[in-house]
Amino acid sequence: MTASSAHPITPATPETRAAAGQHAPAAHGDPLLRVDHVTAQYGSVVAVDDVTIDIAENEFFALLGPSGCGKTTLLRAIAGFESPVAGDIRLDGSSLLGVPPHKRPVNLMFQSYALFGHLNVEKNIAYGLEAERLSRTEIRTRVGEIIEIIGLGELAKRRPAQLSGGQRQRVALARALVKRPRLLLLDEPLSALDRKVREEMQLELKRLQHEAGMTFVVVTHDQEEAMSMADRIAVLNRGRLEQLDTPVSLYRRPASRFVASFIGSANLLDGTATASGIDLPGHGEIAVAHEVAAGRPATLVLRTEDLTLAPAESGSTGVFTGTVLDATFLGGSSTIAVEVPGLAQPVRATVHAATTVRRGDRVALAFDHATASVVADDRSDGQAVGAPR
Amino acid sequence: MTDPTRRQAPATAPPTTAPTTTALRAMGAKGASRSKRPRALGWLHVPLWLGYVFLYLPIAVVVVMSFNASRNLFVWRGFSLDWYVSLFQNRAMLEGLGNTLIVAASVTAISTALGTLLAVGIHRYTRGGLIRAFSIAPALLPDLLLGIGLLSFYALVSFTLGLHSIIIAHSVFATAFVTAIVLARISGLDSSLEEASRDLGASPVRTFIRVTLPQLAPGIVAGALLAFTLSLDEFVIAFFTAAPTTPTLPIVIYSTVRFGVTPEVNALATLLLLVSIVTILVAQRLTKIGSAKEPQ
Repeated sequence: MTASSAHPITPATPETRAAAGQHAPAAHGDPLLRVDHVTAQYGSVVAVDDVTIDIAENEFFALLGPSGCGKTTLLRAIAGFESPVAGDIRLDGSSLLGVPPHKRPVNLMFQSYALFGHLNVEKNIAYGLEAERLSRTEIRTRVGEIIEIIGLGELAKRRPAQLSGGQRQRVALARALVKRPRLLLLDEPLSALDRKVREEMQLELKRLQHEAGMTFVVVTHDQEEAMSMADRIAVLNRGRLEQLDTPVSLYRRPASRFVASFIGSANLLDGTATASGIDLPGHGEIAVAHEVAAGRPATLVLRTEDLTLAPAESGSTGVFTGTVLDATFLGGSSTIAVEVPGLAQPVRATVHAATTVRRGDRVALAFDHATASVVADDRSDGQAVGAPR
Repeated sequence: MTDPTRRQAPATAPPTTAPTTTALRAMGAKGASRSKRPRALGWLHVPLWLGYVFLYLPIAVVVVMSFNASRNLFVWRGFSLDWYVSLFQNRAMLEGLGNTLIVAASVTAISTALGTLLAVGIHRYTRGGLIRAFSIAPALLPDLLLGIGLLSFYALVSFTLGLHSIIIAHSVFATAFVTAIVLARISGLDSSLEEASRDLGASPVRTFIRVTLPQLAPGIVAGALLAFTLSLDEFVIAFFTAAPTTPTLPIVIYSTVRFGVTPEVNALATLLLLVSIVTILVAQRLTKIGSAKEPQ
């Protein structure tokens, strides 16, 4: 399980050696991978719609979205198993389109792991190196190395059928890593594991990515997983790129209603944008700086933990005043639902530890206007708001 | 908590598309029926065993009578191996056996290769059920139809009859059986295995040899063994397509039986039975080895 940092998996190419160790930002020269206005279709269904993404060397990048958002299609297009109908995919500046999957310096870890049942762990890992026609001694050294790093020592002679889910996942990872790819693609790498193993593996993946100095692109539908592992996240919805940003920015400054609802838990209050804020029906105008054109349908995004709660009669001036519908103690925090006259949905607030308010109490809810954001209500037209950078 | 190891279902699903010959049924039933089933009521054993008696009593009679010292088929006169000895001195029988073995071996080679490729092609390039049905149809068509059809075809193209014409004829239906079995195996496989192989740098050809074939091996072997046994005792089609000078064993037996059944035939039937049973057992065993759970 634990591995010594004495065995870093250094990517083979000289360029990588030079770049290894320094965290190259995207703006710095050419990106490692450029997904350039890529559109992919299944028959008449557009799975990926004009997506542009740059991924930098040594980055831990996540493609996040609900199922059917096109993230796996995009990953498979990078690996070479789908052909985009438009756009280009360039690795180190040269186009990958037209290069068959077995000639791309990119490896994919499959969601099902796709381990070869007729080969033992060691031979599964050696498979990719044998295909490269490396010498036997080199194959043996590299396989031995990776087995130690991933912590599979005592399992080397076992068949995949004799391994647990977590062990299979490690074998699949080792089999891809041993190839020292320029880019490692991981399709829902943790979805088949139970929660405890999953949390362990999140840390493990991050550690490996850091030690190997490799670029990881992980596809996931789990926003917590993406937030906890990735340096940057591309949020996809219905084939379009909604927003591409760091986890903190996605959380604090969502670019669309979809991103706000998909990431973290937030109150989404729909209204109409005004020049200096948002007009909520039945409530009035709330001043929040934003970039939505005045008069457009917009949504006020309030993170539940940004709301503070005070008894209404204490005289504190909250933004919303209402009646407590429900207070739930969750251990580390409590969630309180407050019914505010005029608003369609109850407003939820998260407070630390146990709360003293009860059902029926009159409370005032306040928030720092800098923490709130207003985004265009994109539900009706389905337009992506987040522009690729 | 779900057990993640459960995800890998046994790879050999019962071959649902396969024709229901008894051999196939025996193989298909394997996968599922091992689990704990509630104990049936005691009296249900009676019809079960009656069924088996019905199926196997005639065969048992043949086996027992092959060791009979008497020439009379219906009277037991004590144990003897005489009929086995005289069987091996019967030139016509031995010649027929030789022909049959040549035919069966060739048919196995041809139908296994063709059937496997056909199954892979069907799986990879077609979606509809019709083309699958057509690939398996020769296994289900009446032998009479195939026999007559092939004979007229041979006559039409002025093809000489001989062992080769039987081999071609048998390959037609044997290929269909192999295709059915390999298709059943293929559809249970994880399609990402081949992609994983490509992804790891293996060319399409290398992928086929190193990943696809090993994964299909149990199905291919089972298909080959079935093709062998089917060809071994096939009579109707062979009768139509053989030249008078190249009779296969079933034809020799048939012509012998017309002049009265001798216990020699019983001995031969017993030997053939032995070969068939061994083949089916081996096929079953190999199919099991290939599935996800291996005997450890």
